[in-house]
Amino acid sequence: ANSSRPFLSSHQMKVKVLSRNPDDYVRETKLDIQRVPRNYDPALHPFEVPREYTRALNATKLERVFAKPFLASLDGHRDGVNCMAKHTKSLSTLLSGSCDGEVKVWNLTKRECVRTLQAHEGFVRGMVVRFCGNSFFTVGDDKTIKQWKMEAPGYGEEEEPLNTILGKTVFTGLDHHQKEGVFATCGQQVDIWDEQRSSPIRSFTWGVDSFSSVRFNPVETELLASCASDRSIVLYDMRESTPLKKVIMNLRSNTICWNPMEAYYFTCSNEDYNLYTYDMRHLDRPVIVHMDHVSAVLDIDYSPTGKEFVSASFDKTIRIFPRDSGHSREVYHTKRMQHVICIKWSADNKYILSGSDEMNIRMWKANAAEKLGVLSPREREAVNYNQKLKEKFQHHPQIRRISRHRHLPKAIYSQAKELRVMKEARRRKEINVRKHSKPGTVPVVSEKEKHIVTVVK
Amino acid sequence: MASAVETAVKDSHVEKKKKPSARYWQDSKEKGKTENKSQNEAENGNKRKANKRKLKGDQRGGKMVLSGKSDPFPGPAPLPEERLQKFKRREKSKLPNRKRRKLRDVVARSEVVSEMAQKRAAQFDLLLPEEAGFLEGDEDEDTCMISQEDIAEAVDITSGAKYFNLNLSQFGPYRLDYSRTGRHLLLGGRRGHVACLDWQSKQLMCEMNVMESVNDVKWLHSESMYAVAQKKWLYIYDSKGIELHCIRKFNDVLCMQFLPYHFLLATASATGFLQYLDVSVGKEIAAICTKAGRLDVMCQNPHNAIIHLGHSNGTVTLWSPNQKEALVKMLCHQGGVRSVAVDKTGTYMVTSGMDKKLKVYDIRAFKPLQSYFLPAGASCLSLSHKGLLSAATGDIVQVYKDVWSTAVTKPYMAHRVRGTVWGLHFCPFEDVLGVGHGDGFTSMLVPGAGEPNFDGLDANPYRSSKQRQEWEVKALLEKIQPELISLDPDQLCHVDQASYEQKHKERVQALGFDPLAKEKFIPKLKKKGRSSSGNVERRKRQVAHEDQRDMIRTSVEDKMKIEKEIKKQERKKEALSGLRSALDRFKK
Repeated sequence: ANSSRPFLSSHQMKVKVLSRNPDDYVRETKLDIQRVPRNYDPALHPFEVPREYTRALNATKLERVFAKPFLASLDGHRDGVNCMAKHTKSLSTLLSGSCDGEVKVWNLTKRECVRTLQAHEGFVRGMVVRFCGNSFFTVGDDKTIKQWKMEAPGYGEEEEPLNTILGKTVFTGLDHHQKEGVFATCGQQVDIWDEQRSSPIRSFTWGVDSFSSVRFNPVETELLASCASDRSIVLYDMRESTPLKKVIMNLRSNTICWNPMEAYYFTCSNEDYNLYTYDMRHLDRPVIVHMDHVSAVLDIDYSPTGKEFVSASFDKTIRIFPRDSGHSREVYHTKRMQHVICIKWSADNKYILSGSDEMNIRMWKANAAEKLGVLSPREREAVNYNQKLKEKFQHHPQIRRISRHRHLPKAIYSQAKELRVMKEARRRKEINVRKHSKPGTVPVVSEKEKHIVTVVK
Repeated sequence: MASAVETAVKDSHVEKKKKPSARYWQDSKEKGKTENKSQNEAENGNKRKANKRKLKGDQRGGKMVLSGKSDPFPGPAPLPEERLQKFKRREKSKLPNRKRRKLRDVVARSEVVSEMAQKRAAQFDLLLPEEAGFLEGDEDEDTCMISQEDIAEAVDITSGAKYFNLNLSQFGPYRLDYSRTGRHLLLGGRRGHVACLDWQSKQLMCEMNVMESVNDVKWLHSESMYAVAQKKWLYIYDSKGIELHCIRKFNDVLCMQFLPYHFLLATASATGFLQYLDVSVGKEIAAICTKAGRLDVMCQNPHNAIIHLGHSNGTVTLWSPNQKEALVKMLCHQGGVRSVAVDKTGTYMVTSGMDKKLKVYDIRAFKPLQSYFLPAGASCLSLSHKGLLSAATGDIVQVYKDVWSTAVTKPYMAHRVRGTVWGLHFCPFEDVLGVGHGDGFTSMLVPGAGEPNFDGLDANPYRSSKQRQEWEVKALLEKIQPELISLDPDQLCHVDQASYEQKHKERVQALGFDPLAKEKFIPKLKKKGRSSSGNVERRKRQVAHEDQRDMIRTSVEDKMKIEKEIKKQERKKEALSGLRSALDRFKK
């Protein structure tokens, strides 16, 4: 560059010719990395859009090639896995309770069981780890609530609970307060317990039915939500003596989960194959109806980012839904996995754990095509770039077709088809009825309003 | 600051040079003051600092930093508008309706991001190391009178060495091609001489005689392979001169163009065929019979990969591999077309014809911009990255500047070579014009022709073999499919706003039937007691009735409306006329 200064010759002309010094463009030694001068002038980069499209197409294809979500199967239970609990402090620890009353503690990095204890007679119905991570609670069919130490007993010591509370009725679910020594159980009524006492400090009933799940709100920590078998979802405030309000739906909800980031939203898994996301403030219609399962949905868990959730269903599949989408983005299944009863999304947003009928706990990747392990900066940059490209061209027909393609077991595939036909027939019939009746007598009911019976305050 | 410099001067071997140059924001008076002060109270640093701070604070409300000095350039550096404009991709889109909250959010976000990208790219543009070349004459001197020897003498040695002649009088005249990085030169003599060389180091890579007439030569995607259009077939050689392929599907080829992002070699033959060869898989993509006779004028539009062909009847036709007919036919000249060139941005097309005219077109609007008359006519045309036009008339090569924006009267440069010019090419990323002629090859210096700053990931003249291999893999991975060649290369990112009717029509055409058409009612026959002709007829009528109900209803309603209107008008008329006969009271 220095040598190309304007010269003055005898002609009195000024001239400069491009003359590059190779030292500015070639690396000095073999130990250096190559120099790559950039110029972002659009004129030097023709066919910007078609090239990006090609890159996006390649990225989409590669994503499908690398989509291998199944990581490991944890076996050891001698009956179906009925409930699971994430450790609040340790990422690598998982607790699971089975239908024969056994509780197992797993080390997920080594993929082995580190501790087994016989907690209850009959099913372990619910399990939760205390917020401090030093102990956990279990409830079972034998009408007891037991508190256990997280550490295994020393050599020669006997496996004994820290505390046992004998209840009057069977407990079906359990959740612990986020900050205080208070926990809630559900059964024939929702009880709030103090850890120091052997009788509930508060009991809520509304009607004479049993409850299947209770959950504390992660932000407004005094709020609770529960699902009752009279098809209702009930909200409570722990500080009040009566429940707040409830919404009654067409069919029963099985479990409920709060969105950890926008904690005024909760999602419930329903018997009518759908999941419903509600805004706690407006229960009269759900925010979104999530459809895709072809059988009853049994469990749900949100990702820690609150952007997605995973659901487990009786149709032997797991589906991942974006928070704001009506349809799933991913479906996981294996030949051997039976009805999935419980599901958890790990706290590092990378793994999904599912417990199913056939006594196994399975570990899945949350993003099927994600590379595990530490990424080099260049790798990460490439991944981010590809992600953005896929996003940009997601609506192009070819790319959409490839990215949406999933293999499904024949049973599920045909059942989904059947459901689609049924739904279409119902819709057609409704239209026909509307056409042949007096205008206004058959109102249009939206999908969101269809499944709600009433809201009671 | 000033005191530090003073003290440094005493015991430093570097003299005045170290003194920081005066900045426009520093007041000269104030500087003097502080200098005086520094002599008086050299030890009382704190106090002075405070003073200075106060002064600065008074003068400009600059942001204070920890050191106590204010930032003389607060905020980001200003960006000139034209530089921002250079990186603008498209107009700002209108935000959608408030009701479509999600979409609105997405659009607003992407708008912010693209604006940021545009700004960052413009800021980066400031840091580009090289500047374009130029040539300015004396006050009353034309630049076209300056000879090549004078230029070569005036510039540095390496640049001066870029002006050279190759005396190859035996096998001429020569066609030539530069590789995409501008490092390698390929020469093809009419009488069979083919040579490729690294022209800057003058290192010969291979040289041979194919013992056949050579019509055209072209580098493929990298400098390891090139195509030679010989008397009968098309051949592909590697850089050592080994024949890799003889492609018998491509016969009598007269000229070739290589589309680097599509990996397509487009050939035009004496039999009037335009053929596309995918060099990555070796398949013929398309063979189009142009029905326009001998095709010996050809160029590509680097912006959208459309091939331009010039014909002897004065038309220029535009072709893509996806269509059997020409996309566009333009009548450009009264005589035959002799040469065509399209600029890098795909905006302008320059043509020259037998009518001795040189015309400039806006190829996006297909509009003529300028028309020049050249006494001898131009046989070859070539456009550089920076938009310089070179035209060969006989044995003289002329270079023009800004042919499209202003009516040019004089050439920018001119040079006489030793034979009739046969091929003309600007070297990418260099201020060099290669001229192939009857007596060999001449490399000319044309200051201001080349793009000064190349992009290392796209075409890097200094790349190592490892870098070339990596580039090759990446380029092959993102090879653009030939189906995507169209007049507007950005069409993929536009919303397809075809109307429902249009889509439906296409669907019907693709399927061969109308999927939404109502099934024709065919009554099932052969039902016990129900297939009597009377029943069938009645059933048919019933269905027909169902279908016709709506129509009848609407037609009756229409009739009623019309009647009503007529009556109304009559009544009005009566009211206006005011005449009532005795019989009017019997009217309804």
